[in-house]
Amino acid sequence: MKGSDVQGTPREQFDAAREVERLSGWIRASVQQSLKKRGVVIGLSGGIDSAVVAALSVKALGAGRVVALGLPERDSSPQSLVLARELAERLGIEFGVEDITAGLEGMGAYRRRDEAVRRLFPDYEPGMPFKITLQSTPLADNRLNVFSLTLIRAGGEEESKRLGPQEYSQIVAASNMKQRLRMTMLYYHAERRNYAMAGTGNKNEHEMGFFVKHGDGGADLMPIIHLFKTQIYMLAHALEIPAAIIERAPTTDTYPAEVTQEEFFFRIPFGVMDAIWQESENGATPEELAVRFALAPEQVERVVADIRSKKNGTAFLRMPALRFDSLAHEAAAAGSEELGRSGRTA
Amino acid sequence: MSIRDQVHHYISETFLFGDGGKLKDDDSLSSSGFVDSTGVIELVAFLEQTFDLRIEDDEIIPENLDSVQRISTFVEARQKGLEVPKLNVTFM
Repeated sequence: MKGSDVQGTPREQFDAAREVERLSGWIRASVQQSLKKRGVVIGLSGGIDSAVVAALSVKALGAGRVVALGLPERDSSPQSLVLARELAERLGIEFGVEDITAGLEGMGAYRRRDEAVRRLFPDYEPGMPFKITLQSTPLADNRLNVFSLTLIRAGGEEESKRLGPQEYSQIVAASNMKQRLRMTMLYYHAERRNYAMAGTGNKNEHEMGFFVKHGDGGADLMPIIHLFKTQIYMLAHALEIPAAIIERAPTTDTYPAEVTQEEFFFRIPFGVMDAIWQESENGATPEELAVRFALAPEQVERVVADIRSKKNGTAFLRMPALRFDSLAHEAAAAGSEELGRSGRTA
Repeated sequence: MSIRDQVHHYISETFLFGDGGKLKDDDSLSSSGFVDSTGVIELVAFLEQTFDLRIEDDEIIPENLDSVQRISTFVEARQKGLEVPKLNVTFM
C-alpha cells in the first residue's frame, strides 16, 4: 500500500527542538503558577506518549520534581513495566509500581467483562486470550464502524464474531474501569505530595474519542494533547527516548491478547492519517490530497469521513459537565448578537 | 405497521427521544449526527430481532443503512430473498 510510505506535512514543518523548549516552559509555568503544585506525577505505560511527557517534565522541573508510576494489571503486557522502569532510570526519576489487579477484582471489572464475553462465546474461560478489533478499513472499503471480538483458543485457533450492542457496551464499560482506577491511583500519589497529575493523551486519541472520560482523559495538565502522533515521534527523537519505546507499536494494553491501536481503533497507519488530517484541516481537497499521497480520491474521502464521524460520535467525551447556566449565557449572547445586528445597543 | 414505519419509529424513539417529526426518510443518519458510534450496531441488532434476519458483516454499509429509506429498501429486499448491496472492496 503506497499510502503507508507517505511522509506528510506534520513531519516537514514541525520544529521538534523548538517544541521541546516551548512545552517545557509551559509545563513549568502551568505547574508552578497556574496549578500551584510542587511537581508532577505521571503514569508510565512503556509507550511513547507517556515517555515524552515524562522527559518534557524532567526538562521543565528537574528530575527531583517528577514521580512516575507503573500501573499494571492482570492483562498488561510484562514488557510495559520493563520499558517504563528503564525509562525512569534513564531519566533519573523516582519510580513506583502499583498493581491494580486486586482493585479491579474488587470492583468486579473482570467478572462483568467476562460475563459479556461468555454470552458471545459460551466456551470462554477466564485466562483465554481475546481481543476487540474494529472491522472498518477506510483505505480499503466502505464498511461502517463495527467491532468484533476475536477469541484465541488453545493451539492458537482464532474465531471472530461481531459484537452486539449489549456485549460491546458491557465489555467496554467494564474495561474502562482499568483507566479510571489508574487515574484514582495517580491522584492518590499526586495529592499525597501536593503534586499535579500530568496526562499523556495525544491529538489523535483526544479528538477521535479514543480515551476514557475521567480515566486517562482525567488529569491536571495535558502537555501533548495538541500534537499528532507523528509529531510526538519527532519529539521522542529530539528527547532521546530509548529506541525500544519508539519502535514498539502503539498498543491498547487493555485486552488479554495483544492488539495494536491501529487494529483496535484507528485502522489507518498514523503517517497517512495525520498527514491527510492536517492537510484537510488546512483546506486541501480530497483530489489534491489523493495526488499528494498517491491514493484514490475515494480513499482520501473515506479517511476524512472516518475522522469526522469518530469526532462527531465521541463529542460527549470531550464535553465538561454540562451546566444549566451555560445555556442561559448562550441565549443571552444570541440575544445581544441580534441587537448588535439591528444597530441597537443592549 | 409497515417496514418503513417500524424503522422510522425505532430511530425516532432511540435517537431522538420520540421527536420523530424532524426525521425525513432520506436524511443521512451518519451526517445528521443523530447516530453515534454504537448506534450502528444497535440499529443492526434491532433489524435482526424485529425482522428475523441475519445481517452479514459485508452488508453493514452506508448504502443499506444510512437512511430510513435505504434501511426499508434493504429489509424488503432481504425478506424477498433479493440481491442487496454488499461491501465494495476497491483497494487491496
